Order: sequence, then structure tokens, then C-alpha cells
Amino acid sequence: MKKTHIIILVLIAASIVVLISYTGDLTTYETISSAKQKEGKFVNLIAKVDKQQPVEYDAAKNPNYLTFTAVDTLGNSIKVVYHNNKPTDMEKSERLVLKGRVQGDHFDCKDILLKCPSKYKDDPNAAKNAVRNSGK
Amino acid sequence: MKYIGEHLLPGQIGHILTLLSLVASLMATIAYFMANRLGDSSEKTSWIKMARGAFFVETVSVFSIFGLIVYIISNHYHEYFFAWNHSSRSLPSKYLLSCIWEDQSGSFLLWSVWHCVLGWVLVWKSKDWEAGTMFVLNLAQFCIGTMLLGVYVFGAKIGNDPFILWRNSMPDLPIFTNPDYLQLPRVFEGNDLNTLLQNYWMVIHPPVLFLGFASTIVPFAYAFAGLMNKRHDWVKPVIPWAGFSAAILGLGIMMGAAWAYESLSFGGYWAWDPVENASLVPWLTLVAGLHVNMVYKNTGYSLKTTYFFYIITFTLILYSTFLTRSGILSDTSVHAFTVDDKNLQAIYVQLIGFVLVFFIPAMVLFARNYKTLPSIQKEEQTYSREFWMFIGSLVLFLGGIVIIAKTSTPVFNKVFGSNIAPPEDPEFAHNQIQIFVAMILGLLTAFTQYFKYKDTPKEQFGKKIWIPTLVSVIISLGISLFGEIRYGSKGPVFLVAIHLAIFTAVYAVVANASYIWLGLKGKVKAAGASVAHVGFGLVLVGILVSSAKKTVLSWNTTGITVLSKESKGAQGDPAENLTLFKAVKTDMGKYMVTWIRDTVDNIDHKRYFEIEFIAKDKSDSFKLYPDVMKNNKGMEGFAANPSAKHYWHKDIFGYITSFQENNTTDTTTFRNKQVKAGDTLFYGNGLMILEKVAINPAEQQSKVLPGEVSLFLNMTVITKDGRRYPANPGIAIKDQQLRLINDTIRSQSLVLQFNKVVDQKTGKLEIGIKESSSITELITLKVYEFPLINVLWLGVVVMTVGFGMSIRQRLLTKTNLKAV
Repeated sequence: MKKTHIIILVLIAASIVVLISYTGDLTTYETISSAKQKEGKFVNLIAKVDKQQPVEYDAAKNPNYLTFTAVDTLGNSIKVVYHNNKPTDMEKSERLVLKGRVQGDHFDCKDILLKCPSKYKDDPNAAKNAVRNSGK
Repeated sequence: MKYIGEHLLPGQIGHILTLLSLVASLMATIAYFMANRLGDSSEKTSWIKMARGAFFVETVSVFSIFGLIVYIISNHYHEYFFAWNHSSRSLPSKYLLSCIWEDQSGSFLLWSVWHCVLGWVLVWKSKDWEAGTMFVLNLAQFCIGTMLLGVYVFGAKIGNDPFILWRNSMPDLPIFTNPDYLQLPRVFEGNDLNTLLQNYWMVIHPPVLFLGFASTIVPFAYAFAGLMNKRHDWVKPVIPWAGFSAAILGLGIMMGAAWAYESLSFGGYWAWDPVENASLVPWLTLVAGLHVNMVYKNTGYSLKTTYFFYIITFTLILYSTFLTRSGILSDTSVHAFTVDDKNLQAIYVQLIGFVLVFFIPAMVLFARNYKTLPSIQKEEQTYSREFWMFIGSLVLFLGGIVIIAKTSTPVFNKVFGSNIAPPEDPEFAHNQIQIFVAMILGLLTAFTQYFKYKDTPKEQFGKKIWIPTLVSVIISLGISLFGEIRYGSKGPVFLVAIHLAIFTAVYAVVANASYIWLGLKGKVKAAGASVAHVGFGLVLVGILVSSAKKTVLSWNTTGITVLSKESKGAQGDPAENLTLFKAVKTDMGKYMVTWIRDTVDNIDHKRYFEIEFIAKDKSDSFKLYPDVMKNNKGMEGFAANPSAKHYWHKDIFGYITSFQENNTTDTTTFRNKQVKAGDTLFYGNGLMILEKVAINPAEQQSKVLPGEVSLFLNMTVITKDGRRYPANPGIAIKDQQLRLINDTIRSQSLVLQFNKVVDQKTGKLEIGIKESSSITELITLKVYEFPLINVLWLGVVVMTVGFGMSIRQRLLTKTNLKAV
């Protein structure tokens, strides 16, 4: 066996080990009720802001504290605490990916990913709404 | 209905040209394919003639389509959805081109334009490889052409038509019952360009990146033609092409990083975002391909891997197109294109088809020819350049495969219906692996050039390598010991890896720079590869040091008392935002920070903030000018652009994370209270103590006019979280005229007024307290320090120059040989 072959095999084996160990780091997308059953485990919630409930953020008091209620498509809701600034346009986003853990009665959020329908490629509905609301 | 003021002609011409370019690319594909099958004959010549004619028609069409779109946008013909949706009348004209690449079909068009340009260079230069390579290129042109069609086949929409009229694309909109709809204000003005793209990097980054993307087809096309014709002498003419492609693609990727650094508030230049990874990985495999290509040309080893790497590079380019444009990344990436559900299936099929049309035939040809590809049975020498180049290429390739596999979890979810999400710390998941890849690459980059091809005498190698090795050890020890690399948060193994990687990166820089003298005897003209390697080493040094030493300066220390309890729950999550009130000096670690003023620029519609930083030890003071821009396209709030103060050894980088404008009118009134010295009063957010009353105090002299007698109150406001503010409301009297001098504590939205003296004997006074919601104008700011970031940018420039030098050298030697 040539030494290049040995090195190729070793490197490929190393890559496979790396990828397998990566699967251990992976997390999951969850609904609010399934996340509550995995308290303390890092999960990705797919939800949106419950507009019936107050969104608390006062940069004058503390720019690193945001709390609101998230609701998912199944209708479950949970209080979310986020120690960072409030993302622009959060209420309008139709889909939030909340990364964090359920801790007791609330979801301790580390990161929020917004999906605005009009982020890059505008979806036609956003365009329609833009024109409808324009007081034509 | 007859609509008023529409311009239908450009669109009609556009539709004809779209079809024409599609048909012409198909004709050229077939004609080149036929020509490729024939040996030298008059029949071959006539096929080639026909193919060139078709390619000419295609090129003219593609350029005209591009020109027509520019014409439509610059004239604000908003009857076209493309123009309305991506531009506006108030948009500065320098962003005109950005409007084109904001759109899916617009960026495909850009790709097509570059293919045409590259195609003519191939026609001009590639001689007997023309038929084979141009067949592949035109097939790609045909595939891209279908992306611009916008026709329905069996109910599925094929491509997006850039020339579609708005009223045809959304016929149920009520505005189209009005024949004069173009004059409606929102239609007339236009929907504007996404605020994030209104940046000069966005004018230059996409064309360069797409030239890089487009040029990867050339090595692929040579490899494909080589397999079709069972000839392998293409490996020589392809080297300058692969070098060009690697240089431009690398430059384009790093321009994107510069854009992210300068104009996106992601807090850095690289975030391992899927979109970033998808363009980095083909670059890695392309560079791997270039190296094994050099090995084959010089020694006869590694032909199979050369084929494989060039095939896989172009496949990965197509795969990244699929990832970023199909909408599959929408939950994991912040900046992929999103697609509405109706078109999802069609674009999926189309983009996957685009990948497979090239990948499957190439792999089938590769497998069929595998046995007959020439190779050398004898093993490479350990003391040979080709051995280590091969190892390095393999590491590049496998490192890239690991990145793309991790990035592909959404595809995995789609195929298997699972719900896997990225890890808790996705950046570290990449960093902890790629640091070792960087370490190996740095090391191999450093010493491989000191080996000769085939075999190297051991003494000779040792004699040359020890000086750069020693110098690098000294420099990197200096960085490790005195550079304050304190990145302990990820454990000791990672910290050790950072130090080792810094050594190998420095080693790569030093060894390659000294090779220009030690190996090449100062022949700078021939030093292209060494220069590119120095650049690569500098990039590694810049990345390692700036990431390992990136520090948050805006650590929130002001409000910490009330919050610490809750902050602890968040596992010590960074409280990276600092609140600034206008004109209030605020403590930020090493600096005192003041928001001096802000102005709105009427040309680019941005609000610029002037923020002054004064070092507490008075050693430094500077101003940052971050800005915010009101979001458009139905989004509320602001898009923030950072600003950085550049030093030679570091950047101070800041951006506004939120901005609260004072736009409500003040409706609250003063609450009057009777107090005397020593009393405590309460307000919404704390309490205040009246310490004493001072008559004509010297320190308030500036507020008093000549001849006035003044009375000032010395008060201290203490907020719930323990912050203290002095307050001095006063009155001034002259000739029976009373003048009130209020004091405002902006950060508490508190106005204090000294109304009158009620009773002189008991010392009773009346003060008014107003807590208003409308005083506070505030911003929250994040500030980072990136040390040695300029080394990264310098490295990119040096690497690109190095590539340019070696391409030039290769082209020159070729012409010289011909002259002889």
C-alpha cells in the first residue's frame, strides 16, 4: 500500500469522524409544546410574536432586555426573554426562529432569526399590501 | 382597457431577445457538439462557423437584454414589475446596477453576461479545444436562459421573466382597474431597493463574485472536453484560467466579507452563514484542483484528481446556486433568496436539474475513462514537492466537504423529513474543525515550495528551510506571549490550537517571502506563486488574530445593578448594547462616549450619528459616524450601517442597534410639590433629594444674565438602579421679573422646575416635576474592537496580485516560446 493511500484513508476517516461528532452537536426544530417537554435542552422554536400580549422593551431602562410572548401555529404560547436589543421589525415577521432553552415558565432566548417575507426577493403579497395600504 | 402612459416596446423587444438568446444558445450547443466529434475537415470548419454565428447572436441578445433592463429602470418605467419592485425615483443613480442583482433573474442575467465574455476569450485563445469547451459553456448558457423565461409548462412556471408587466404578473390587484394607475403615488415612486443593498460594495461585489462563479466553468469545460476526446493536454492551457478563476472568486468572496463588515450589522466579516459557505467551498476545491493540475503538468502524477477536482468545483458552484436560490435555506441563513410557495416546486426541479445536467454526464465520462487515464505506478518521494502538494489539496478538498456537508442539513431535512437544526454555537462548530485545517494548510504552504519536484537532496532542503523556520518561531512566539491572545472561553485545546495555527500562518508568510530570495534568487517576475502564498498566509494571520482577539467594548456597565439577577439566568450572555442619550456623556469601559448630534442626509436618506469617543486616560479621541436608514418595502424600523475607526493595528467598529426618535408631542404637565432642604421626593423611576438652596452660586453663573439675582436648588436624582444625576433647577429675578431655569435629566425623561419660595421662614419651596415620554431620544450602540483586521484585507490584495503575477508570467512564457 502506498503512503499516499494511507494518508488519504486517514484523512477521509478523520473527516467522517468530524461529521459524525457534528451530529452530536446538532439541535432540533421544535414546537412550543414539544420544547416544554425538553426543558433545559437547546432547541430552535418556530413561532411568531403574539400581538395580543405586550412586547416589553425599553432601551432607556435596559437595552439588553426584551420580553414578549411567542405563539406557534398550534396555538401554544410561551413567554420569551431575550438579553439583547430588540430586532427591527420583529412584530411584523411572520416567522421567527428562536434559539434557546425552556427554563421554568419562560423561554430563555439566545438568538432570534427573522424571516421577513420581503427580505431579499419580495414576495408578491408584500408588494400587494404595500400598494393597498398606500391610500391610492 | 387602455392604460395611460405605458411603454410596451422595450418589453416586447426584451421578450423576443430572451427567446432568441435561448434558441441561439441551443444552436451553438448542438453545432459545437457536432464540430467536436469531427476531425479536421471542411465539415468541422463549417459547424464551427455556424456555432460562432449562433454564439454571436446569443451574445448580442444577452447584452441587449441587460441594456434594456438598465434602460427600463433608469427611466422609471414602473409598468414593469422588475423596475417598480427594485428601484425608486429617489434612489441615487449609483445604485442603479444594484437593482439588477437584487433580483433572481437579474443575477442570472449577470452570470450569463460573464459567460458570453469568457466564451469569446475561449473562441479567441483555445484553438482546437474550442469546440469541446464551448459546447459545455453554451449548454450552461441554455440552462441559464431557461431561468429567464417565465412561461408555464403543465402549470409549472419555468423561470422568471424580467420583462413581465406588473399588471400581467398580478392581474387581480385593484389598482389595475384605474387606467391611469402609473400616476398613483406608490406606483409612481417605486418600491425602492432594499436598504441593505444601498451600499457601494453592493455595486462592485456581485459582478466580481459572478465573474468568479462564471469562470469556474472553464476548467470544468476543459476537463469535460478532455474526457470526451480522450486527450489530456488541456492541463497546460487551463492553468492560467484556473488561476484567474481562483483569484476572482476569492476576491469576490472577500468583497462580500468586506460588505458584511462595513455595511451589515452582523458584527463581523464572516459568520459561517450558509450563503457564505456555499461560495467558499468551490473556491477551496478549485484551489485544490489548481495545485494537483500543477503536479500533473510537472511530474505526471495526479491526473485523475485534477479531473475530479475541476468537475466537483463546477458542480459545487451549481449546488450553491441551488442552495441560495431555491429558498431551502430560509430557516438557517439570514440572506438567502426566499421564494413564495407557489413557485417552489418548479424552481426546485429546475435548479436541481441544472446541477445534474452537468454532474451526471461528467461523472459517467470520468468513470468510463478512469482506467485509461495515464498514471504513474511508482510512488511519490517523501522529499518531493508533488507529494506535499497532493496532501495539501486533499486537505483543502476534505475541509471543504466538511463545511458543505454541515451547510446541507436543510437539504437532509427536506429529503428525509427530519427536523435537524444547526448547533447551539454554529460558528464554533465550524471554527473548532477549520482551525486544524488552517493549521495544516499554513504548515504545508510554508515548506512545500522548498522541495523540488520529483526529489530534493535532504541537506539542501534543511539548509534553506532553517532560517525562515527560526524567524517564524520568534515572531509567532512574540505574538503568543505579548499579543494577549486570551480566547479561553472555548477551552484549552482550542486556545492551544489558535497559538499553533498562528505559528503556521506566520510560517507561511515568512517562508514564502524568503523563498523569493532563497529559492528564486530574487527573480520577482517568477514569484507569482510565492506572493499568492504570502497573501494566503496573511489572510490566515488576519483571521486568526482578529477573531481570537475580537472584544466587545460596549459592555453594558451602567444598568448592571438591576439586571444582574436576570442576566445570570442567561448563562452570562453578553449585554453588548449600551444606551446613549443625546448629549449625555456615558461610561463605556476605556472610553467616555457622547452622542453629539445627528443629521439626515437628503441625498442618500440616511441619518448619520456623530458619536465621540474619548479615552479615559486622554490618550485617544475620535468620532464614529454610524448611520441608520429607514426601512422600506413594508418593513418598519431602521437598517443600520456600521462605522469604523481604522488604526494600522486595529479597528474600532460600532453600529446602532436601536434608535428611538422623539416624535411625540409633550402632553404631560408639571406636578407641583412643596419641599424643604433635606426632603426626599419620589418619581416613577426612583427618588430625588433636595440638598440645599444656594443664592447666586458661582458654578451656575453661566445660566444667569447680568444684573439678575439667582436662587438654585442643589438636588440629586437617584434612579432605582443606583445611578446618580445632579440637578439644579433655579430662578432668576431682576426688576420684579421672575425667570424660571429648568433642569432636564434626559436619560430619566425628567424635567425639574423651581416654581417659587412659599415661606421664607420655614424654608418651604415649591418645585414642579414633569416625567415626560417625549424627551428621550436615545440610541443603543454596539462597539467592537477588531485587532489586525487590516492584515486580512492586505492578505486578500497580496494574494490577488500574486495570482495576477503568475498568470502574466505563464502567458508571457507561452508567447516567448512561440516566438522562438
